Amino acid sequence: MSVATKQAARELQEHPSAPLLRMERIPHVWCPSCGIGTVVKCYATALERSGVDLDKVSVVSGIGCSGRVAGYMKLDAFHATHGRAIPFATGLKLGRPELLVTVISGDGDLVGIGGNHFIHAARRNMDILVILINNFIYGMTGGQNAPTTPISAKSSTMPFGNFEEPFSLPHLAASSGAPYVARWTCLHIRRLTWAIEEAIQRKGFRFIEVIAPCPTLYSRLNKLGTGLGEMRFYHDNAEIKHGCDTKELDIGFHEKIICGKFVDEERPSFLERMDSHYREVLGDKFVPMGPDGGMIHE
Amino acid sequence: MKADPAGVLTGAHFLDGDFACGEGAMAAGCRFVAGYPITPSTEVVERISRRFPTMGGTFIQMEDELASMAAVVGGSWTGSKTMTVTSGPGFSLMMENIGLAAMMETPCVVVNVQRGGPSTGLPTMVGQADVMQARWGSHGDYEVIAMSPQSPQEAFDLTIDAFNLAERYRVPVMFMMDECVGHMTEKVVIPEADEIEVVPRQLTKKSPEEYFPYDLNGGQLPEFARAGDGYRFHTTGLTHDEKGYPVMSVECQEACVRRLVEKIRDNADDIVRFEEEGIDGADVVVVAYGITARVARMAIEVARNEGIKVGFMRLIVLWPFPEKRIRELAGKVKAFVVPEINYGQMVLEVERCAAGKAAAWLVPHGGGNVHDPETIVETIMKAAK
Repeated sequence: MSVATKQAARELQEHPSAPLLRMERIPHVWCPSCGIGTVVKCYATALERSGVDLDKVSVVSGIGCSGRVAGYMKLDAFHATHGRAIPFATGLKLGRPELLVTVISGDGDLVGIGGNHFIHAARRNMDILVILINNFIYGMTGGQNAPTTPISAKSSTMPFGNFEEPFSLPHLAASSGAPYVARWTCLHIRRLTWAIEEAIQRKGFRFIEVIAPCPTLYSRLNKLGTGLGEMRFYHDNAEIKHGCDTKELDIGFHEKIICGKFVDEERPSFLERMDSHYREVLGDKFVPMGPDGGMIHE
Repeated sequence: MKADPAGVLTGAHFLDGDFACGEGAMAAGCRFVAGYPITPSTEVVERISRRFPTMGGTFIQMEDELASMAAVVGGSWTGSKTMTVTSGPGFSLMMENIGLAAMMETPCVVVNVQRGGPSTGLPTMVGQADVMQARWGSHGDYEVIAMSPQSPQEAFDLTIDAFNLAERYRVPVMFMMDECVGHMTEKVVIPEADEIEVVPRQLTKKSPEEYFPYDLNGGQLPEFARAGDGYRFHTTGLTHDEKGYPVMSVECQEACVRRLVEKIRDNADDIVRFEEEGIDGADVVVVAYGITARVARMAIEVARNEGIKVGFMRLIVLWPFPEKRIRELAGKVKAFVVPEINYGQMVLEVERCAAGKAAAWLVPHGGGNVHDPETIVETIMKAAK
């Protein structure tokens, strides 16, 4: 370490995102070179830069490695049941519409057990931002097959290689109606941060998939080397194609990963449609829920 | 506080139990409902979805019952009073998130208009076979409150009570209607808003710096902060400490579970509700709830005409069970007779509390209609011998 770096390290007494993290819970549960921490950093940076009132931000996670994200965020944070982060978040948003409600969870949680909620929230254009960390595997339970595991990749329940077709998540989100759809990898720190920042400013169902390494299980079972090696792989094999047809976003085993922003359209969100619809059909009789929500105050 | 007049449809109405339950919820201040259609409960949310847009409430029809229950738990964390409505199969699907509500100590009301089971069973016909599920349905140890109305009027009144108890004890309340009460139409009188007492969500008065979501402050119940008020709290379905942080230890588990259980058990006297009639000097006491309580009354009349000394105890709150009262009565009467539209559920509690001092006779019924009063009379006769 150079003298200048040492000096900077001394001055940097705390992590730059510390105000948004529950520092008393660090060290976290994630493995060395796991990609989830990077997503946390990008999320925290995007929230800070966005200028939103952090007191009005809720984060909801489900179960699994990525399901632990909510537990480290110094926000109103909810660690819900497996697969149910999206409906839980839906309740928060509809109960108090002024909140910025975000969901951060994994592929198994959000599109495996929670797949039904994912497509319906996208269909309704529910006013939530969903960041899905895709590591192609069930990490916390020991490397079982996921609905995202690429064909031929090994998992502990597909020891001879996966033969089930995986979901292409941006395609699933876009074809279910999501007006904002993007995919990045953990290597694309700045672009991912920008995407989250941009998605915060959008409305309706916003979906960002983040491809992340699981060095302990996915990489080990598939002999992909270290976490650093995975980052190098992303560097060499991630191709940025904004606006790419979402039909072309399949991910093969250890093959090219197409990243970018694929959908960014203006479409009325669930709350906007509900409001305009009731105004139209009920006129003066319509009493909208206030931004402060449905709580009856004394 | 008094009810918000926006949700109170004051007047005398001719309503079925489902509609009356919906009116009770709105009068109680419920402003967020998530549900999924299922017979014979759907009229509750049909009523609510028609009236909510005029009072600042939001109803959403979710994609399934798992989502409905999760949304109700999430919604409650905004301070809104929340409810979902279902019947047997949907109730089964809600169980995991009912456990989440219990663990996070989230006030909410779950209405189950019971039909015949198991499985798809008898979708349009009555049952009372979910009362044990209401108590034990989600995995792990926890306590809930469950109640069962006998009429549309009581469906209205008790729904308000259910919301109030949910707030007071920060617990999911199971509102165990049955198809008969749900679909029976009778006179329902809805009072003026200022005659309806409702328990509002009590928000903590602490500053965010001194607030912990599960700090008990020497009491049995934590203080509530809602999402969006700057408290930046954390809550989880994992075993947690006073900060709401996961702690995987035997000690923390013991403290967590014991309190979830004791906050209800220790306050059973405040929560338990039942009605008695003709108990003094009775040889036999009939214990019934919901629609079966109304059928039992007819049987009691017949038995009394035959000269049998029969008392009547109607359970209004099923859980916590009126343990103390059954123990007292067991020392005085010969037997309890428990008619219920199932193959023996609440009778097990009666038998447990009677502890061999009085017999407990079940009058079972597989479901689909109510008991023939004659079957109850016959059992009363046998029990009186």
